[in-house]
Amino acid sequence: MSDGKRGGTLFIDGIAFWAPTLPGWATARPALRGEALPLATPAKRPAPEILAPAERRRAPDTVALALEVAAAAVRESGLDAATLPSIFTSAHGDLAVNDYMCSTLANEPTLISPTKFHNSVHNAAAGYWTIATGCHEASTALSAFDASFGAGLLEASMQCQADARPVLLVAVDVAATGALASVTDSTGLLACAVVLSPKRSARTVATFDWSLIGALARATPIRSPAARSLAGNAMAGALPFFEAIALAEPAKDADPVSLLLTPSLSLVLVARAIAPPAAAAAAALAS
Amino acid sequence: MAKRPDNRGPAFCPSSAVPAPIAPLRIAAYTVTSAAGVGKAALGAALRDSRSALTANDFGPTPLPTWIGRVAGLEAASLPKPLSAWECRNNRLAWLGLSGDAFIDAVHGARERHGAARVAVVLGTSTSSIGATEDAYRHLDADGAFPADNCNPRVHTPHSLASFVQEALDLAGPSVTVSTACSSSAKVFATAERMIRLGLVDAAVVGGVDTLCGSVLFGFNALQLVSTDPCRPFDAERSGISIGEAAGFALLERADEGDASLFLLGYGESSDAHHMSTPHPDGLGAERALDDALARAGIDAGAVDHINLHGTASAKNDEVEAALVARRFPATTHASSTKGVTGHTLGAAGIVEAAASLLAIELGLRPGTVNTRVLDAACGPQVRIAAGHAPVRVALSNSFGFGGNNCVLVFGDANAGEAR
Repeated sequence: MSDGKRGGTLFIDGIAFWAPTLPGWATARPALRGEALPLATPAKRPAPEILAPAERRRAPDTVALALEVAAAAVRESGLDAATLPSIFTSAHGDLAVNDYMCSTLANEPTLISPTKFHNSVHNAAAGYWTIATGCHEASTALSAFDASFGAGLLEASMQCQADARPVLLVAVDVAATGALASVTDSTGLLACAVVLSPKRSARTVATFDWSLIGALARATPIRSPAARSLAGNAMAGALPFFEAIALAEPAKDADPVSLLLTPSLSLVLVARAIAPPAAAAAAALAS
Repeated sequence: MAKRPDNRGPAFCPSSAVPAPIAPLRIAAYTVTSAAGVGKAALGAALRDSRSALTANDFGPTPLPTWIGRVAGLEAASLPKPLSAWECRNNRLAWLGLSGDAFIDAVHGARERHGAARVAVVLGTSTSSIGATEDAYRHLDADGAFPADNCNPRVHTPHSLASFVQEALDLAGPSVTVSTACSSSAKVFATAERMIRLGLVDAAVVGGVDTLCGSVLFGFNALQLVSTDPCRPFDAERSGISIGEAAGFALLERADEGDASLFLLGYGESSDAHHMSTPHPDGLGAERALDDALARAGIDAGAVDHINLHGTASAKNDEVEAALVARRFPATTHASSTKGVTGHTLGAAGIVEAAASLLAIELGLRPGTVNTRVLDAACGPQVRIAAGHAPVRVALSNSFGFGGNNCVLVFGDANAGEAR
């Protein structure tokens, strides 16, 4: 057993978040700290500029959301998107495309759209991202049901640490549509992304220690009303992690966050904020 | 397709850093079930005899005129009672696949040695249980909801596969499903290697399962990639793919000193950054994956005795892959595609062809390219139609998927060290 076995320490150089009522990390962060409310009027689905104009509106929701948060996190990191291996995680993939595929197959299978078919692969967003950024690095697409965020963060942390290079993690789930909604429990849109780095940089906003723990098989609950309003999405497992990052303070360990990977195994993280150099200088001046 | 921005921001780290060699991992056990039969002996015999297991398509209510690699007896197979909540064709095939080659006993041995939480399950699939979802849509109840006998939420989702296998094997380590289309069950080796290297687990069950379903038969048909004849990889007159189904698994552990066994020597993963369903015309992504795989294995292309090519019999893949092999390998490397034997098993292709590569090493067998009559002019002397018998110390397996997702694996025997 490896209870408490240390995985390592990694740095977050870019962070992005998107939900209709929390469209962007700048809006989401105070809401996840419990200091602000989500928007009363939901934002429209993003149309990522990184896609060609013709594709921005017709891209499936999962692709549009994934590319929006991926681009935002990479922009924050100051890194070149083409240099970053990427890990995309989603519990269910694009449920609207799946609904289309299964409905069409039940009614008129020879009318399947070739574009919808290639958009139905679980790695569609990874494909569009690498094409849009000219990235030849490894990209992967994972699923682990309600543990999909934890599984994605584990894979991203492993890649970052094993190969000692920055990586991009993107997590997205969308609402179940059509008959699928009778079995698949997911509402609304939720997407988030982080750029992880093995070493601290001028862009680093937070750091965390990670480890796998076998005995502590309890998931950290979400705390803020803002996070609770997104709990119906299949990627809600990401919310405790983003709450912890939002609440993290410099030079002080936050409460450990436990993300369940299986009923008896957790990915446990302890986060600390890192003030950007400008803020640190301002704080020094103020004191 | 998507545009490429001209300004990609400042470069921070080298985009093409050469990966460091890895410590080889021991393939403690492996098994494969395909249209050729259950267990590795069945695939080994089909490869030895250059025998195609493809049959005329009879799958589903309205079969397209094509050929398929169908696993016999799956309809009659059923899951043991304690696992019956996972019922669907894909999990039935997973269970049938696990029954081959005493694989379950080997996993239980690893569980005894390391503990259930120290054995990971990392499996690849492109469509997982979507066949069960398709069935539900054909039998919706009066309210338009899934029927009561086919409504387990854990089945109608991609992770159905790894969740089922983890429960079936009574394991408790990390469990994840990799779904990157046709490279899925090759990339699982890379994820498992990282887990073992970082000491998060001591062993990993890797592999993959994909089953015939409407989505892939009609989807590939819509892309005009499906042949009406049995597929003929690298043939000058090839006319598209034949879709198959398969399950395969391998048990990975750290290699001990003096271990006389089979090894994972390296892997390379890359992206084409070109098109969702067409390979990069210069094989740029494929070559990148090849370079990384050779670097991790610490060998040169000249040390590769045999390549199991992706070789789908689609016009583009085979053209690009033939050119890559022709420019990178010596004439002594024996390269072939086994898709004519099993069909293209999509998300399971990585593990099926990893198994074929391991069989090549174990049996001293260099498989041929079944169904192919006249090789495309793009092929170099490496691509062979006929099977041959000669020792294989180092074998490579190529897997390239939609979204431009590439993975190359390197396997070797205990003597492969001489090549390093």
